[in-house]
Amino acid sequence: MSSKATIVTEPDIIFGKLTLDVIPFTDPVILPVMIACMLGGIGLFALITKMGKWGYLWNEWLTSVDHKRIGVMYIIVAIVMLVRGFSDALMMRAQQAFATADEVGAGFLPPEHYDQIFTAHGTIMIFFVAMPLVIGLMNVVVPLQIGARDVAFPFLNSLSFWLFVVGALLVNISLFVGEFAATGWLAYPPLSGIEYSPWVGVDYWLWALQISGIGTLLTGVNFFVTIMKMRAPGMRLMQMPVFTWTSLCANILIVISFPILTVTITLLTLDRYIGTHFFTNDLGGNQMMYVNLIWAWGHPEVYILILPAFGVFSEVTATFSRKRLFGYTSLIWATLVIMVLSFVVWLHHFFTMGSGASVNAFFGIATMIISVPTGVKIFNWLFTMYKGRVEFSASMWWTISFLFTFTIGGMTGVMLAIPAADFVLHNSLFLIAHFHNVIIGGAVFGYFAGLTYWFPKATGFMLDEKLGKISCALWTVGFFVAFMPLYILGFNGMTRRLNYYDNPEWTMLLWVAAFGAIIVLAGITVQLWMGYVSIRDRDQNRDLTGDPWNGRTLEWATSSPPPFYNFAKMPKIHDRDEHQYKKDHGMAYEVPENYTPIHMPKNTWCGIVMSGFALMMGFAMVWHIWWMAIVGFVGIFASLIIYSFERDKDYYVQVDVIEPLEEAHLVHANPTGLRAMQDKKSSLEA
Amino acid sequence: MSTQNNSTADGHSSDTHGPGGAAHGSVKEYVLGLLISIILTGIAFYVVMFEVVSPALTLVVILATAVAQVMVQLVFFLHMNTSSEQIWNTTSAAFIIIIVAILIVGSVWIMSHLNHNMMIGH
Repeated sequence: MSSKATIVTEPDIIFGKLTLDVIPFTDPVILPVMIACMLGGIGLFALITKMGKWGYLWNEWLTSVDHKRIGVMYIIVAIVMLVRGFSDALMMRAQQAFATADEVGAGFLPPEHYDQIFTAHGTIMIFFVAMPLVIGLMNVVVPLQIGARDVAFPFLNSLSFWLFVVGALLVNISLFVGEFAATGWLAYPPLSGIEYSPWVGVDYWLWALQISGIGTLLTGVNFFVTIMKMRAPGMRLMQMPVFTWTSLCANILIVISFPILTVTITLLTLDRYIGTHFFTNDLGGNQMMYVNLIWAWGHPEVYILILPAFGVFSEVTATFSRKRLFGYTSLIWATLVIMVLSFVVWLHHFFTMGSGASVNAFFGIATMIISVPTGVKIFNWLFTMYKGRVEFSASMWWTISFLFTFTIGGMTGVMLAIPAADFVLHNSLFLIAHFHNVIIGGAVFGYFAGLTYWFPKATGFMLDEKLGKISCALWTVGFFVAFMPLYILGFNGMTRRLNYYDNPEWTMLLWVAAFGAIIVLAGITVQLWMGYVSIRDRDQNRDLTGDPWNGRTLEWATSSPPPFYNFAKMPKIHDRDEHQYKKDHGMAYEVPENYTPIHMPKNTWCGIVMSGFALMMGFAMVWHIWWMAIVGFVGIFASLIIYSFERDKDYYVQVDVIEPLEEAHLVHANPTGLRAMQDKKSSLEA
Repeated sequence: MSTQNNSTADGHSSDTHGPGGAAHGSVKEYVLGLLISIILTGIAFYVVMFEVVSPALTLVVILATAVAQVMVQLVFFLHMNTSSEQIWNTTSAAFIIIIVAILIVGSVWIMSHLNHNMMIGH
């Protein structure tokens, strides 16, 4: 990282604080990464140009408003960012394994670099891996599950995605131009204030989160409206599939909690840019208010991450146990209770800040209560499997691994909820082990189960099951080897975020943890290999019927991948497990007598162009390049105004487009029905 | 976003009140709302300008009239009620009020304890 000598205090009128010195050409860790990224980027650019795919990419993907394509793009970006965030994790584990008090010295990372790595790891994994995986899965699945043709506001959906990409790009640019925050992933003041973080790292953090956070807020509004207003005729709320229910609750949480994040980091931005004192002691500011506000957002945020994962487990368990979900109603109510309770527990993130017994007791008890509805869900899944014919597919492996891992994480969470115990464990590696236990063992395993389960629906071919199971095994073993030592180290008094420590007794366990991270690395490698193998052998693994798992909910009634309009005829809903009901009653894949034109939205340039200007503005604000920030700001609104005057935003899909697409599906799903209908038609014509 | 409303129209849109399902109020309703609002505003100004009661009671009165004002405007001008068109708006409003109350009351409670224990302002 560049030394403090390069800090420009008087911004240049053209370049702001930006100089050539800010690019870390001499850093032995960053330089190879930078060269590799540039070569990779140039190679990718050349490959697309050589294959002449720019037009295809622009027309079919980048400007698409199709929720399925936007979902796939979310997931692709999330996987790229997972590799970046996991590299940070490996560097941290390596640093701590080496950084003992012996002759080896303090590891290989200097403190200012190490601090940026743990900040980037947390920020990336939550905002740019977990969030896009959740939102990507929701995009692919929710409209299909409720029988809608797209989301309520397709353009807004495209804009949300591209604003999220801007955030991800800003975080990645910070690796090569300047620095990232060295404050921890929530950037507590006064450390994140201008006095103690005078350069651009915290600014990158602020603008990346602000811009992608607005995208997330728009997604929340979009999906809330979609689920409330666009369900297929006959689908009552208590007939919605569980994944749709949990997504609804997650989106309500987004709509309520993300404005708190927006306001909090706006206040911190003002502190840093124009010298206000909301969070510094001067002039009556109070840094404890920042901690209070950021967790009033932060705690609902973890439920935004976990609730949709619970939905995935519910779908997977019911499908592969060949049974209706046990206790649907109790599971929905448990989700709603968790949704409300997630707003009365935020203080448990700062029990030790000094609020005293009555406040701590209230929030401690509220936190323990939240484990009750969560426990209800565990029993829902267990009893669904009980006496079911459980098929151990790869997504079921993730689910069972989750049940064990998450239960342990939940129990350590209840331990941390006891304020007296938290005074011992706060900020220790015990806490780190706990939240990785619930986020990896709960949320991430859920996303992987969902990716495996819905992959054929999104792409039209299956993921390799055997490699999926191997990666699940490696992730599970790797997780336990990596994080169980951290529980012990936490009890032994090792605090989090240590760049260097002088207790040689910890070294052994840190080596074990580093070894666990290597096992997880093997799991990720197998997953990437699985992706390659599955794409290579896609012709042998086609899903032609659209229902590869013998699924129960509506998304399995369409082809894989679904046609861009999802459903040629609006389904009428009879049952909670609609597709299963239709299969049981011989009503699945009915061949309609005729098709009618379908009204669909057109693709739009506006989402990606607006976000391009947002990127310009974010980057300019980080570097205090005021003219460029104004250009970006004006560009954002100019694009929106130009877009709102466009009249040509929709079109009708004609029957001659729909018919062949539908018949290509029905010829595999219902060949006899299709043949009978064709005979009838030809006899009528004759 | 009329595009999408139309594209689902063949499915399940039975909304006769246009986007958002806003109901139309009668003239009587608006006039009544206006009158009550003026009276509530008048009371607030009266107790403050003419100092008719103690300062503490003045505070209580203007707070109470402010809350009543919000309710009157919600009911008479935004037509928030329990009819089938409005029940979702009313439910969401009730939910949001609860959550915002939790966050504000909780924050005030937490911060007062923190400030007391950390001796901020001493």
